[in-house]
Amino acid sequence: MKVYDLPDKRGHFGPYGGVFVAETLIAALEELRSQYEHYRSDADFQAEFAYELKHYVGRPTPIYHAKRWSALLGGAQILLKREDLNHTGAHKINNTIGQALLAKRMGKPRVIAETGAGQHGVASATVAARYGMECVVYMGSEDVKRQATNVYRMKLLGATVVPVESGSRTLKDALNEAMRDWVTNVENTFYIIGTVAGPHPYPMMVRDFQAIIGREAKVQMQEEYGRQPDALIACVGGGSNAIGLFYPYIDDSTVRMIGVEAAGHGIESGQHAATLMTGRPGVLHGNRTYLIQDEDGQIIETHSISAGLDYPGVGPEHAWLKDSNRAEYVGITDTEALAAFHTLCRYEGIMPALESSHALAYAAKLAPTLDKDKLLLVNLSGRGDKDMATVAQASGITF
Amino acid sequence: MSRIATVFDRLRQQNRKALIPFITAGDPDPTMTVPLMHELVKAGADIIELGVPFSDPMADGPTIQRSSERALKHHVGLKDVLAMVAEFRKSDMSTPVVLMGYANPVEAMGYGKFAAKAKECGVDGVLTVDYPPEECAEWVEHLRQQELDAIFLLSPTTPQTRIEQVAEMAQGYVYYVSLKGVTGASHLDLSEVASKLSQLRSHISIPIGVGFGIRDGATAKAVAGLADAVVVGSRIIEEIEKSPRTEMLANVAYLVKGLRSAIDEVSGKH
Repeated sequence: MKVYDLPDKRGHFGPYGGVFVAETLIAALEELRSQYEHYRSDADFQAEFAYELKHYVGRPTPIYHAKRWSALLGGAQILLKREDLNHTGAHKINNTIGQALLAKRMGKPRVIAETGAGQHGVASATVAARYGMECVVYMGSEDVKRQATNVYRMKLLGATVVPVESGSRTLKDALNEAMRDWVTNVENTFYIIGTVAGPHPYPMMVRDFQAIIGREAKVQMQEEYGRQPDALIACVGGGSNAIGLFYPYIDDSTVRMIGVEAAGHGIESGQHAATLMTGRPGVLHGNRTYLIQDEDGQIIETHSISAGLDYPGVGPEHAWLKDSNRAEYVGITDTEALAAFHTLCRYEGIMPALESSHALAYAAKLAPTLDKDKLLLVNLSGRGDKDMATVAQASGITF
Repeated sequence: MSRIATVFDRLRQQNRKALIPFITAGDPDPTMTVPLMHELVKAGADIIELGVPFSDPMADGPTIQRSSERALKHHVGLKDVLAMVAEFRKSDMSTPVVLMGYANPVEAMGYGKFAAKAKECGVDGVLTVDYPPEECAEWVEHLRQQELDAIFLLSPTTPQTRIEQVAEMAQGYVYYVSLKGVTGASHLDLSEVASKLSQLRSHISIPIGVGFGIRDGATAKAVAGLADAVVVGSRIIEEIEKSPRTEMLANVAYLVKGLRSAIDEVSGKH
């Protein structure tokens, strides 16, 4: 059997990925590529990364058997990979630690980041504080309004939050603005991208840093259950938590991999962020991948109750896993995700992020169709405290 | 000979430099674009760069992004832009038109269909900002089949090996981005431009245009002293943006005439 070895040297996953940027960014990406190539196999770098994940982030995160919820569903057993227990409450920090350590070695004292809901912004501000770096976070002005708590959190951590007023004033506009900053200040600045999208080497690098999730899971499953799960389930916006879990399993064809996209108000409503289910291949934000676009190739505004999934593109490796039929991609609506959110709170005493609630909701659909001895491993990618206001609003409650 | 080569040939004989203004198609609305193009030519433009609106113009600064947003309010897409060029061609058969935009709209239309349509409508060259040479062999092949020039960007940070690569693929002219940063940025380091251009010239035989950061007659003239062509974008968009509709053509013409005469002051000095 051929061992999975993508991407190629120039960052291609089949027809996807690559480097689709203006000439002005090429040198910066080339510097990043060659530096990362070096540190990727550097023992000191990897040792420091492992040390930080253990002592600062609190890894490994446990796999928890959601027994009461599984019993309620009456089918397969649901296991949760508890990324919500990481420092700062989500998987995002795995990647920001890795990139910050790289920035430090590359002698870049300033880091920038884009953020939608604010989770990646908080994770970037956190590591900037930890390593004594200047941090500027770009955030759509709509998101700044919607996520006031996270904005304040970033400021407490010493970051500067820049509201972006262009376009739809959301994540993709923040990403455009961060790219502009990077082009202008590349000499002293490292751009920390939060997901497995963007030009090479980002999709590969972010995957490598997040793959700790799947590597731990493989060991833990063997130790605790004597076997690997029957399926992996993770939500997909850009797709970093899903790739983190999936990647170490790609060559193990006995394990199904299911990515759950945000179906928003329903696929048929047109208001969703289900890129792989409904999109067409194209070029955006430095890579070729599936995109939610109109006939003219303009990017369409997406909708999801979960800001972290509200993105019109998706990581190129997911595009490839879809086309090669190695992974399946399904959709979960806002309503279904909210129901899963409430159920997990009530049955397991765990408040999941709305992003992760999409993965949980699909597990709740799948479990009853399977035998009780089947194991579904769901990536609980983040905790839901940040979403309390959104959930309350959806329930008609005002504080 | 292509229209672009013809223009540069004529200018070389006259010992003059090309003025290449940029406007976004559909800005401020679709009815203004063709009249603006004709006005640019009357005011002294040698080649027109026509921006194809895109929802996510990552390499552009806020000024050009706003022009794209104004055009998109009127749903101006790539096929509308091509129709505008066809309309322009009805009364101007000599001024080259170069489309400048991003990859996704041409991918949505399809390479073959785009190239055939562009040729039919009278487009002369295409600059796709986010197609670096490594990623666009097939694209360039489609353009070549229709005798459309593939125009590439070079930047202050482009290393030697890439200059050679671009030199092999580029046609018409190359566009040297004179600043690190995005369109509409300020200050321009002329001595840096001068030294980079001499490096480029040892590899590139086609004309070299310089853009980014050219805001007035003085900078236009200084750049004309170094390059074969002067590209002006954001400054013209600003004029469109701030002009009342009835004065827009006149204001843009006044600005471009000023740039033209500043550039022509360089004539004969080389």
